[in-house]
Amino acid sequence: MSKPVIATASLAGCFGCHMSILDIDERILDLVELVEFNKSPVDDIKTFTKPVDVGIIEGGCSNSENVEVLRAFRKNCKILISLGECAIMGGLPAMRNGIPVRECLEEAYHRCPTIDPFDPKIIPDDPDLPIILDRVYPLHEIVKIDAFLPGCPPSADLIWKALTSLLQGKPLVLPYALVKFD
Amino acid sequence: MNKITFTIDGQACTAEAGQTILEAARANGIYIPSLCWFEGMKPAGSCRICTVRAGGRYMAACTQPVSEQMVIENMAPDLEDMRKALVEMLFVEGNHMCPTCEKSGNCELQALAYRYQMLVPRFPYDFPVRRVEPAGPKILLEHNRCIKCLRCVRGVKAKDGRRVFGALRRGGRKKIAVDLSLAAALSDRRAREAMDRCPVGSILKKEVGFIVPVGKRKYDATPIGSDLRKAEG
Repeated sequence: MSKPVIATASLAGCFGCHMSILDIDERILDLVELVEFNKSPVDDIKTFTKPVDVGIIEGGCSNSENVEVLRAFRKNCKILISLGECAIMGGLPAMRNGIPVRECLEEAYHRCPTIDPFDPKIIPDDPDLPIILDRVYPLHEIVKIDAFLPGCPPSADLIWKALTSLLQGKPLVLPYALVKFD
Repeated sequence: MNKITFTIDGQACTAEAGQTILEAARANGIYIPSLCWFEGMKPAGSCRICTVRAGGRYMAACTQPVSEQMVIENMAPDLEDMRKALVEMLFVEGNHMCPTCEKSGNCELQALAYRYQMLVPRFPYDFPVRRVEPAGPKILLEHNRCIKCLRCVRGVKAKDGRRVFGALRRGGRKKIAVDLSLAAALSDRRAREAMDRCPVGSILKKEVGFIVPVGKRKYDATPIGSDLRKAEG
């Protein structure tokens, strides 16, 4: 039997959840024995090269590119996991929810203290740039998500426990001390 | 004193006449999940987390007096799921950014979510637009996290007994207001009490954020209600 395939991505997140994946320490050697990584910042594979068993996504959807990546993951992954607070509820980026997008962009590009007051006031709108969404969306409001692992970041033990359970086809039974929102 | 006998989930209990179901349950070492209830304070019955069933009727255990031969259901799976749903509703109708909150780890709303192992709320997030209100030199009022339990309105008083907090408007538009001069005159001890009285991170004492390290906070290791003898019913 070939090894189960894992893919990961960070959308509107800070890569803290990926750091937490690496935090499983020497168990990463076991993980490499157990699974094969496909598209992921961990191995720098940019596009899916085969169907994936477990997709792990960190961060919410803040722009059009996030949505595109998320949909590609849903299409290619049997099981999709929302990893961390941002993926589950938008997290810190969602603090902009309720503030109009124009106001956010003007704050960043017009009123930011490091902007030269003599520069022309522009908001980048190159067609190659992803479009900012009206608000930050939790992943499960855009595609179907199969499992949720909260935390900021979720602890390495929680990720390990969830991954090993899912790969063995067992139901997710998470101990009290591992499920935290901070 | 006349003792009342009743049962909770089949367990025989006794109570003093006039005790509420919740008080009597605690006296018998049984945990009924609650949120707007605060020991020693007049109950409000506003959050409904403590809802129990007796004789097929649903009632708030914090306001309903216990009566002779009452047969109370507390841990029925449907009741527990309803309580979990209430917690989830409170999470989606405010902006509860636990990672940024000073109360995280000591928050009763979060503790209930942990107890019910809420991984994601079943309801869509509201993301309401609310403000942070600097309420004088002692206190910060974070409306994003307020669940309108009215514990501050009922319990935080100035030296002369006047209320420091009050409720504005009604229903979904309800908002907590603060008397700025009374709040400014609070002693450090009373400001601390005000913060402790708030079940979430809505009332914060200024200049003391994040004093207890992660791992040593109230609900880091054990679920809310564990302090009661037979907590896990």
